[in-house]
Amino acid sequence: MSKVVHEFTAVVPEWKPHVTPVDITQASAAQLDALKVTPSNRQVSDYLLVLAHDAETLKPRSPLFNGIMYNRGGLSRAERELGAVGASIVNRCIYCAAVHASRYNQLARDETAIARIFAEGLDAELDPRSSAILRFAARLSECPPAATADDLSALRQAGLDDEEILDLVLSAALFGWANRLMHTLGEPVEAPAV
Amino acid sequence: MRDLVIDLAAIEPGSGLAAAVSKRADIFALTQATHDAAITPIYAGGLSHGLRAALACRIARINADMDLARHFLDLAGKAGASDAERRVAELDFAGDDLRTSALVRHADLVARDPKSATGKDIAALRESGVPDADIVRLSELVAFVSYQIRLVAGLRLMQAAS
Repeated sequence: MSKVVHEFTAVVPEWKPHVTPVDITQASAAQLDALKVTPSNRQVSDYLLVLAHDAETLKPRSPLFNGIMYNRGGLSRAERELGAVGASIVNRCIYCAAVHASRYNQLARDETAIARIFAEGLDAELDPRSSAILRFAARLSECPPAATADDLSALRQAGLDDEEILDLVLSAALFGWANRLMHTLGEPVEAPAV
Repeated sequence: MRDLVIDLAAIEPGSGLAAAVSKRADIFALTQATHDAAITPIYAGGLSHGLRAALACRIARINADMDLARHFLDLAGKAGASDAERRVAELDFAGDDLRTSALVRHADLVARDPKSATGKDIAALRESGVPDADIVRLSELVAFVSYQIRLVAGLRLMQAAS
């Protein structure tokens, strides 16, 4: 049996569902539509096949996710990933943290910030802008949300404008959603050595 | 069309924040569409619209968002929630049958402390008679409302500072 991953890592594990994924050969038209399955694209992850049990929410969720993380303008893609990492640390979603830490590393061309965050936690010493972003995302992710006017003004002092702050709110909030699915409906397991 | 999130955050028309929000109009429209799919889906499975709205109200209360709680309680009324379903919105109610107790317990866990959830919690839902499809529907509901609460909280902070 594969070993469950319990510590934060930038090496992306596999994800093992606790819920039986929808069998794609038995999927309804609505499920296939929500999964964006076409004759030329039948590669669908177990995670999406689990979510396909609720096709009505999956259908808007995918374009919403892509819009928040990848649309043009506003906050840089790397900094949106940092927001996702902040939320994933608070919710201890090892899988999401790994995926978005590794994307941050690629986009920022830097591995030291994530290494420091995983070693030292949310108070790790980073450049002031990254610190303010990470802290705001983490505080917004608590239950109830704990971000304050001071956390917001730290973002402004670090040079973020309204559009950038809105994108950060969106990415941190989005991972309040994604973590609650990924971490509760399955678990990260060590990927087999290739 | 009215947008719940923009209404709740009381974003001032013509402000810098309103301009930033309008550039992300696609995101706000998809957020509203997911809200409708999570609370009033065409195919509700084992979770009625009334129960969904009552659970959403409960999650808003856990997050101390009384405006959103009021919105969901209102939706529970419009959906014709039974008295038993409405009780699910009360934080001191833990369910009085096996299935409702399991749904409420899991909703509370995922809303409040998702990091503590494990495969045993999914197994407990199954043992209480909740099929996999309803486990996913419940999870999406709690997860989506948790997102919406944080989006509104962030927008309120921005509006207050502008």
